[in-house]
Amino acid sequence: MSKNYFKIIRAGINTTFQDLGRENLYHIGIPFSGAMDNRNYLLSNKLVKNDLNSPVIEFAYQGPLLKYHGDKINIAITGNVKFRLKKNHKVFEGNCYETYLLEDEDEIDLLSTNKSVYGYLAIGAEIDLEFQWKSCSINTKAKIGSNDGKKIVNGQEIQIKKISKDFSKKKLNYLNSKIEKIRVIKGTNYDYFSDKGKKIFFEKEFIVSKLSDRMGMRLEGPKIENIVDTNIKSEGILKGVIQIPADGNPIIMLSDHGTIGGYPKIAVVISADYDKLVQLMPGSKIKFQEVELSSAETLFKLYDLETQNLISQI
Amino acid sequence: MLKNISNLGDAALYCDFGNEVNKEVNSLVIRYFKTLKLKKIDGINNLTPSYNKLIISYDLKRTNYKNIKKIIENITIDQKENLSSNKIEIPVCCDETLSLDIKRLEKKLNLNRDKIFDNFFAKEYFCYMTGFIAGMPFLGDLDDKMRAKRLETPRVKVPKGSVGLTEQFANIYTFESPGGWNIIGNSPLRIFNSKKEKKPNLINPGDTVVFKKINIDQYNEYNE
Repeated sequence: MSKNYFKIIRAGINTTFQDLGRENLYHIGIPFSGAMDNRNYLLSNKLVKNDLNSPVIEFAYQGPLLKYHGDKINIAITGNVKFRLKKNHKVFEGNCYETYLLEDEDEIDLLSTNKSVYGYLAIGAEIDLEFQWKSCSINTKAKIGSNDGKKIVNGQEIQIKKISKDFSKKKLNYLNSKIEKIRVIKGTNYDYFSDKGKKIFFEKEFIVSKLSDRMGMRLEGPKIENIVDTNIKSEGILKGVIQIPADGNPIIMLSDHGTIGGYPKIAVVISADYDKLVQLMPGSKIKFQEVELSSAETLFKLYDLETQNLISQI
Repeated sequence: MLKNISNLGDAALYCDFGNEVNKEVNSLVIRYFKTLKLKKIDGINNLTPSYNKLIISYDLKRTNYKNIKKIIENITIDQKENLSSNKIEIPVCCDETLSLDIKRLEKKLNLNRDKIFDNFFAKEYFCYMTGFIAGMPFLGDLDDKMRAKRLETPRVKVPKGSVGLTEQFANIYTFESPGGWNIIGNSPLRIFNSKKEKKPNLINPGDTVVFKKINIDQYNEYNE
């Protein structure tokens, strides 16, 4: 039996294993985690014929450079990723949403997540990983998940347990669309803010700050004035919740967020817009638009239907 | 009493038990939490009990706000049965090297350190909730004279095991994290263990906690 593995030559900026994450652990302080961009995660697995909840490699901005050793294996990359493949000493640019068959000594160089944040590399195989609470998702803050809860580092090896034997070439025509406005539902502390503050929130532009990661996205822009109290009694929060701390700058909770928060919640990003929200790079402009709960539910149905359609096209 | 149910975004219910923070209100939150956890209602994928709120998250692919709200409105909560709870002793060392904010606390509370320690170790605490970071317990209540505000500038790194005070509450940093609580000491005990998937938390909502003062030699000898 031969040994099949990927050697990480360059780890990239924030490279982790992710799947659908973990449920029912908020009460002990553990968030969902899981792939940030759910649709691109699912599509990557479907392309290489994995179960849809299989572990994939998630990377941000600059991805990893991997060298493969072993029997032939199928891979696919999703997102808006610029990458190169090196096969038999020949280097060429690859396309997202398309499978590539790798052979011994081939390399994948995930150069950048062009004008977006997250990209996904799915491998048509079972990867040798540890699971915690049924998920491999790495939460570096709580040190939970595979790889001892740590980011993937230079020099490490990713061991392949079992290669899928279906190497059929797959391709999907899909373009990630940009989002004009992030749609939100008013939060439970909406009335903590002055009329002027509310107006600013819905009418002005905010800029995604560099201080954004898998835990949260900080925004900069005009300050949102609180007229009641800049603290609340700590209570549960969720991904998509927009808190306004005392400095008046919004923070949006993302997949690895702390489970409890003490700042007023002005609004919550609707589920249908979450995948697009997380792909906004530092420096991007954000405008918020209010929707009612019933519209948010319909928009989610449409989003989910579109995702299912794309999956069935592969 | 559950006073109001509203939505927090499109995938969670916000159950409001009022603005008071006390054992009675919190015990009712914990009763709702335990009942719902046992019932395993289809579509619910997370429950976050806190001092006086309960957030119920659900999978929007399987259910929606209306459905879950109806279930919660019609649920029977056993108010009589005693809540199961443990009494846990937590060793804490308040050596100068670990009691990072003792000088600040002396000033803020206008008490000397002996008085602060005596008061802190004499009390029994109630665990209201766990979270923020994995396994962190929120314990109360400190006496009125022991209540201090958060640090003006939070620390970027609070050492693992630090025991902090803020207003009526004490907490324990289960691992190194940013934080703004006034650090009174450090516990060598492991409060959160992700390898124990069934019971990762040493302290759970509803439990009683007492702190036991240990000296630096005992602290160093502690083998966990």
